[in-house]
Amino acid sequence: MKFLISMHINPAVLESLTEEEKAAIGEGHGRFIQGLKESGELINTLALVDPSQAAVVSVRNGQPAVTDGPFLESKEFLGGFYLIDCESKDRALELAAQIPDTAIEGLGVEVRQVMFADGNLDA
Amino acid sequence: MTAPAVEDLLRELTPRVLGALVRRHGQFEDCEDAVQEAVLAATVQWPADGVPDNPYGWLVTVASRRLIDHLRSDHARRERESATATEVVPEELPDTDDTLVLLFLCCHPALTPSSQTALTLRAVGGLTTAEIARAFLVPEATMAVRISRAKQRIRAAGSSFTLPSGPEREERLRVVLHVLYLIFNEGYTASSGSELHRADLAHEAIRLTRMVHAQLRDDDEVTGLLALMLLGHARREARTTAAGDLVPLDEQDRTRWDRDLIDEGTALVKAALAGPALGPYQLQAAIAATHADADSAADTDWAQVHALYLILERIAPNPMVTLNRAIALAETEGPTAGLALLATLDGDARMAGHHRLLSVRAHLLEKTGDPAGAYEHYRRAAKATASLAEQRYLQGRAARLRPRPGGP
Repeated sequence: MKFLISMHINPAVLESLTEEEKAAIGEGHGRFIQGLKESGELINTLALVDPSQAAVVSVRNGQPAVTDGPFLESKEFLGGFYLIDCESKDRALELAAQIPDTAIEGLGVEVRQVMFADGNLDA
Repeated sequence: MTAPAVEDLLRELTPRVLGALVRRHGQFEDCEDAVQEAVLAATVQWPADGVPDNPYGWLVTVASRRLIDHLRSDHARRERESATATEVVPEELPDTDDTLVLLFLCCHPALTPSSQTALTLRAVGGLTTAEIARAFLVPEATMAVRISRAKQRIRAAGSSFTLPSGPEREERLRVVLHVLYLIFNEGYTASSGSELHRADLAHEAIRLTRMVHAQLRDDDEVTGLLALMLLGHARREARTTAAGDLVPLDEQDRTRWDRDLIDEGTALVKAALAGPALGPYQLQAAIAATHADADSAADTDWAQVHALYLILERIAPNPMVTLNRAIALAETEGPTAGLALLATLDGDARMAGHHRLLSVRAHLLEKTGDPAGAYEHYRRAAKATASLAEQRYLQGRAARLRPRPGGP
């Protein structure tokens, strides 16, 4: 079963962390990725740039309009995701709990099963 | 010989070649790698140069040489294995078919079901890692790690290359059948994604189950599982529209069901049910055969379907069985009776929010003349499913019942 574990980041919470705490998160993700590769459960992972770098595109009357900034008025933004393939939803939740972000007050990750996938996964 | 014919031959020979190597050398992991290399070499050479007179012997020889090469390159570290392995290129080949032993080894209890599945497809099915990865929609690197870990685990578990005996054999056979069933199901109804069928996997599961059945004709559950697969596979053409939309059983064009498969499946069910033991696969196959026997959904012997589910519920209690019995009960005693039985599942954590429970309830509510309730449940079921085809179907059912603005 395939699941997307998405990391919803609150930039204000991230900024409030100490350098050591930030380094620990980075190391935690490194270990997590290594573990997923060794178990054969990792399909892909992506991290996204800061939401301040996002652009919103909309087309009105055939004319594209591009505006700065994230689309949603939200404190949390998608920071990145893990795409995994594992035995069950319970296992997906167990894996998600190993992501360092989950141990930080104000941060969490969301787990949802994948319904459709296409594209070259080996690229 | 054409490439597809070579492919079929290789699929058939791979487990026998691997069995011969493992029996001779042990070391499942190294043997498996060597056999894969030999099979790859054959895939390239045979269509071009022709199939050798003794393809089995050719593969064993090539695989043995590869194995020796690997072991030699490991010589410093593993001198002992290398010393024994250099004696080997086989002069005479044992005439035993170790496919079953191999299958039991791949379904080792130390492995997770998905690893058992992957290893079975590779070692017994003769699929390449890339093919297995494609079938399960994961990157090849991911599948390669999974297969390699599975082989390491088997080595670590220290299993010998023999058929287990007594209760252990019986238990392991249940795992083997479950793995074959999982492979079939993945091909029959992909667990997620836009395509309902992944026919290759269903074909492969049937081929492997035929192989097991050929060796264990007296096991009624093996017979039952094969029958269940054949009867399910017989419906494949009728299960979707040209556009890929799902067609429920009661609306399927039964003239499009594959008669040959139904006849074969039905004969197997009869043979299995005549035996002394009654198991879940036989019962499910008997239910499928009852459906196959009817010219239309209305002609179905629902009383028999219900009775079979009742037995199944007793010998292998499972909320999904109760759910299916509710459908049969609704046909014999009316939708209200079906709904009452469904209500007994409401406290079951395994079924909470399950799309099947929601959709069956929607269906029965529709029959009782409660379109608003049915609409609501179809919508919730559509949200709960992980299959796009099923979602489209459920959304379609809901759309037919959508309350009109200002209407009653």
